[in-house]
Amino acid sequence: MEPILDVLSWLFILAGLFFMIVGTIGILRMPDVLARLHPAGMTDTMGAGFLLLGMSLQTSDWMVLVRLLFVYAFLLFTSPIAGHALGRTVLVAQRAGTDVEDAP
Amino acid sequence: MFLVAAAGILVSMSLALVRALVGPTVYDRVLAVNTFGTKTVLLIAVLGFLNGRPEFLDLALVYALINFIGTITVLKFFEFRDLGRASRPLEGGEV
Repeated sequence: MEPILDVLSWLFILAGLFFMIVGTIGILRMPDVLARLHPAGMTDTMGAGFLLLGMSLQTSDWMVLVRLLFVYAFLLFTSPIAGHALGRTVLVAQRAGTDVEDAP
Repeated sequence: MFLVAAAGILVSMSLALVRALVGPTVYDRVLAVNTFGTKTVLLIAVLGFLNGRPEFLDLALVYALINFIGTITVLKFFEFRDLGRASRPLEGGEV
């Protein structure tokens, strides 16, 4: 049972790292802010989800499991809200014509 | 296992930091810092497992909330130029 859990944990953690690094490279390479929102959101859901899933297979304490679940639940709630707020702010700034580089 | 995870998270944190440094607009920086904060939450959790002290997950929880509130506050300031007033609806309809 233990080796199977280890292998599964490795798989999930490597998948999480893959999504996380690819998402960050996307943040570096995408052309503008609104396009960069997409890799950022992918990092928050898939990367964090796989990493926390891999970690949750390595514990036998159910309180730790609950905390991991809470961390993921918070990320799942806050990441779309922050992304939406950012997109809305960019849209307002673009409509007002103040979206020049480092406007403030 | 957790050492590899921590190293990968650190690599992607440094990549996010590059975006936060080069900009070019302030919204790029906010986005990069938000991503950086999410990665910090995961790094704290991984370090807790690495040290055999999963109590660090409490810190990760608190950091997730602080990161969210900080992002929203900075965005509200840049949208309304003011933190004290309630938000008003957009001219020309809601988004």
